[in-house]
Amino acid sequence: MKVFKGLFIILLHLVIGNVISFCTGEFIPGSVLGMIILFLSLMAGIVKEDSVRDVALFLTDNMAIFFIPALIGILEMWGLIKMHFLAWVALLTITALLVMAVSGWAKQLTDRIRRRK
Amino acid sequence: MMVHEIFNNLPAMLLLTIGAYLLGVWLRRKSGIALLHPFVISIPVIIAVIKLFDISPEFYIQSNSLIDFMLGPSVVSLGYLLYKHRQTIRENIAGIMSAVVAGSILGVVSVYLLCPVLGLDEFFVKALEAKSVTTPIAMDITRSAGGDVSLAAVSVIISGFIGALVGPLALKLFGIKDPVAKGLAMGCSSHGLGTARAIEMGAVEGAISGLSIALMGILTAVIVPLFNSLVGL
Repeated sequence: MKVFKGLFIILLHLVIGNVISFCTGEFIPGSVLGMIILFLSLMAGIVKEDSVRDVALFLTDNMAIFFIPALIGILEMWGLIKMHFLAWVALLTITALLVMAVSGWAKQLTDRIRRRK
Repeated sequence: MMVHEIFNNLPAMLLLTIGAYLLGVWLRRKSGIALLHPFVISIPVIIAVIKLFDISPEFYIQSNSLIDFMLGPSVVSLGYLLYKHRQTIRENIAGIMSAVVAGSILGVVSVYLLCPVLGLDEFFVKALEAKSVTTPIAMDITRSAGGDVSLAAVSVIISGFIGALVGPLALKLFGIKDPVAKGLAMGCSSHGLGTARAIEMGAVEGAISGLSIALMGILTAVIVPLFNSLVGL
């Protein structure tokens, strides 16, 4: 029962997110809007923490598996990238590492500045 | 032919995905290498099996639409993690904002500056500018910027894949130790795939990474058109 209640609440927020996304030109995906709305529903006390906890933890703890079909789908796109494969992978790796380092450092630097005050 | 019949059906394809994933998780635990992402095992295993039994990738993907669908609800569920760690978010709001602003600007500028160095032309610049954000947002940004949407989608996923694989090791090398900073680094650079990895590091890392997906997406969408008009793309 509790699993279905949790699943119902999460799917409901996905559907609401999708509707808002559709009405606003699909600029922000429905799942991201659903995430924000679920957060607001919990804050407002409309949704009780207890009723979504189990399902939400199951879905987030095992998130990696849900990306597998999309990753296999990349095989189909091989023709598009094989020409410049190495340069392309190098670019993605370097820029991902740059963004990772700088965003992490920006947060730690902000802390240091705040502590000094 | 018999073997092909045994494998070429929906339950067998679901079994393959879940089995390969469990194998990846199991091998990480057994080997004691925390840096070993389950994908390193599970993706090659799946590719090998479908090649071996002559199963078309389309059939595999179609049979796994249930797993693919669950990605949406799992992103929604990140809202629960945000709620759970609302206190941490409130206390770190300045750090979170500075990380996301720095990350989103660098994400766009680094692609523009590095593409010529690596011999990639304007076609790649336009398709890759939004590659640090979650797939649907990246596709929309690329579409309005006039870039190739398919190349954008592939780049986003491979980018996240790379981040998820090397993330924990890179964070160690960069001296990023604070859980909130780790979550920001993973989410800003590798969106959902990075978040899946961040959740394995800890609940705070996961929640902050999930929040970064939303913030990065929104900021990058504003920055890309501004930057393109500035440099005349």
